[in-house]
Formats: sequence, structure tokens, C-alpha cells
Amino acid sequence: MSSETIKFKGLKQSIFKDKVMEILPDGGNLNLCLTCGACSSGCPATGLADMDPRKFLRMASLGMDEEILNSEWAWMCTMCTRCVYLCPMKIDIPGLVFNVRRSWPKDKQPKGIRGSCEVAQKNDTCSAMGTPEEDFQFVVEDVLEEYQEAQPEFRKMQAPLNKEGAMYFLNQNSREPVTEPDEMVPLWKILHSVGADWTYGTKGWAAENYCLFCADLEGWEHIVRVKAKAVDDLGCKYWLNTE
Amino acid sequence: MKIKFTVQDPCQLVRKSFGDPVAEDLRYTVKAVVGEENFIDMQPNRSNNYCCGGGGGFLQSGLPDARRGYGKFKFDQIIKTGATYCITPCHNCHAQVHDIGEHYEGKYETLHLWTLICLSMGILGPNEREYLGEDLKEVLVFHPESAM
Ligand code: SF4
Ligand code: SF4
Repeated sequence: MSSETIKFKGLKQSIFKDKVMEILPDGGNLNLCLTCGACSSGCPATGLADMDPRKFLRMASLGMDEEILNSEWAWMCTMCTRCVYLCPMKIDIPGLVFNVRRSWPKDKQPKGIRGSCEVAQKNDTCSAMGTPEEDFQFVVEDVLEEYQEAQPEFRKMQAPLNKEGAMYFLNQNSREPVTEPDEMVPLWKILHSVGADWTYGTKGWAAENYCLFCADLEGWEHIVRVKAKAVDDLGCKYWLNTE
Repeated sequence: MKIKFTVQDPCQLVRKSFGDPVAEDLRYTVKAVVGEENFIDMQPNRSNNYCCGGGGGFLQSGLPDARRGYGKFKFDQIIKTGATYCITPCHNCHAQVHDIGEHYEGKYETLHLWTLICLSMGILGPNEREYLGEDLKEVLVFHPESAM
């Protein structure tokens, strides 16, 4: 728990919080706080950057916009929603945090998140590691062939790419094809063993979407639409995201 | 072999999407694979579980000290179970639980669910065992001659 007292600089219109309340369903209940502290006591981010969820919300309510907009804590809350789950008033603190993140200038946002969001938009694969279609296809085919030979019981196993009309369109986190391709195989084996009708797509195969984390709504929507289109173009019934 | 397993309920899958029913499905699968008596839940769990600390982009935020500070909650939870394996059915959780395990020098391994399912089916080859500990590395190896 943080010990420092909040210094209140006189009555001020709570501009930022009011804006957020216009966006969130039911205003995120942001005005209903009982200051009970259930959120803070059950939050692993309590104490980081001298902040906790109740304090963050109180500061927003007191119109301390500058302080909450500049606190790195907005990037330390994982938006896990545990506080909402515990809160007697169901106050949407992660919704507030999301909108604080959104208000950070793009060039000030954490580079790892921002960069991944941008890279993913440059390519129809949506890979945050920038992996192009042909590289993904090469890795999948190469690994599959290797295992078909080395483990003859799986000679007939497939890892289909762009199979039209497959029941399931499966996403894959970029980390496997790029850094540990053998880790794709156990999942293929399970799908093969149960006779699942599935496919990867060379477009839209990457599971991750970092634009969500930097609250880049346009980027987020772009990525979701590219992936959804890939699923629709193949006529798949279900979209499985293993992320 | 009396190896104990616990499971991380991913926020994204459980609390934020399908709730306790999917947490039950997860336990059904894990228990079927490792045996009911070898499974132990961390506390709290299911929809009330703590986030691992890798969520929301924390792993990529360039704030490793804060992230590991957050992750200490998860680390302590896992250690209290006494389990030697933490199964993480989410990619993000896997990376974070693995990292805090190494950082705080915990005696547990971090496993993808797919690894465990294939191991139990006897179809896990020698090159698919990156995350198994010494106790299971050599168990039921499928086509050991294909080791690379
Ligand atoms: S749990 Fe809800 S009501 Fe209690 S302090 Fe936190 S936000 Fe306020
Ligand atoms: S959403 Fe943020 S504030 Fe709420 S419990 Fe999770 S980390 Fe804490």
C-alpha cells in the first residue's frame, strides 16, 4: 500500500474521468466508489510506482489528470479485471486505465508494445514480429515434412495452409514459427489424433494483437478485420485463437 | 512418479471470457492427463485467480522490475502449492510464469498444455521437450532416435 498522502489542489472539474465515463458502458460506474479498498488489497500492481487501483481512481475523481496521465502505473496494471470482479460496485478501473493508455502520445508509449502494434499493421499476416506469408509457409511445411519422416505414425499428419471450407481457422503466436518451431508440433498432433478439420491461413495467421495493449483502437480494429477477413475468405466456420 | 501439477487460469480465457465453466473444463483435461491425485490448485483460483503479470503487454513494456514485482504474487502462489509443474494454457502466461520462476529461482517448470497432452498419449518426441524438467525429459520418448 502506498503511504504518501494525496495533495488535493482545490476544486477542479474532473475532465479526464468525465470523458472516460462517456465512453464506458454505464460510465464504468466510476462515480460509485465506496473507497472500501477491496480492489487494492487484491491487486498485484498495488504498490508499484507508489500507486494502487483505489488511489488511481480517487485521483481521477479529484481531477488530478496530470498525475494519472503521467504515471507509468497505467502500464503496470495488466487490465486483468480482478478488481472489477471483487468490487461491490463493479467499477471498471481497467477501463479507466485503458483510456489513460490511449491518451499517451504514441511516441511516449512503451516501445515494445507500440512497435509491435505498428509492425503488425504493415503485413497481412498481422505478425508482430513482421514475419511475412512466405516465411510462415516455409517453416510450417518444412517442420511438417521433417516430422512426417521422423515419426512415421504421423506420416499422414497435415498442417494445412489456406484450406478452403475447413471447420477451424487456427491462429498461431509468432514466437513458435520464428523462434521455437518444434513447439507447433504437439498441437498439430493433437488435432490430427482427434481428426479435426482445421487450417492455418497465410494471411492473418498471427495470434497476437499489441494494438489492444497501447489502446490504439484504429490499429486494433485493422488487425481484427484483416484476420476476420482471412477466416471468411476461406469460408471457415470457427476462428480459434490460442493466444 | 508422484509429480505434482498446478494450473494457471489465464485471465483472458477465464475471468474475461468464459468464466468458471471453462476453468472446470481445464481441470477436467489436466486431471485426465496427470491423474486427479497429482493435481493441486493454487489459491485463489478460477475466476478469482491473480493475473500472472505478463498480461496487458507488461512483458513488452520495458518495465521488467515492476513486472517481476507484480509476478511475485504468482510466484508465491505457485510455490505454496509445492507443485513441480505449472501448466500455462496461455502463451503470455507461459512466458511470464517461466521468467519469474527463473528470476526468483523457484523449483518448478512451466508447461504448455499441448506438451502434457502429447506426453500422456505417448506421442511426444525428443525435440518437443524444451519445457519438461529432468524428471520427465526421458519419460515415454516417442522416436528417441530422431533427437536433434
Ligand atoms: S473495490 Fe470498488 S468500491 Fe471498493 S475501493 Fe475499489 S473501486 Fe471503490
Ligand atoms: S485490472 Fe489492474 S487494477 Fe484491477 S486488479 Fe488487475 S492489475 Fe489491479
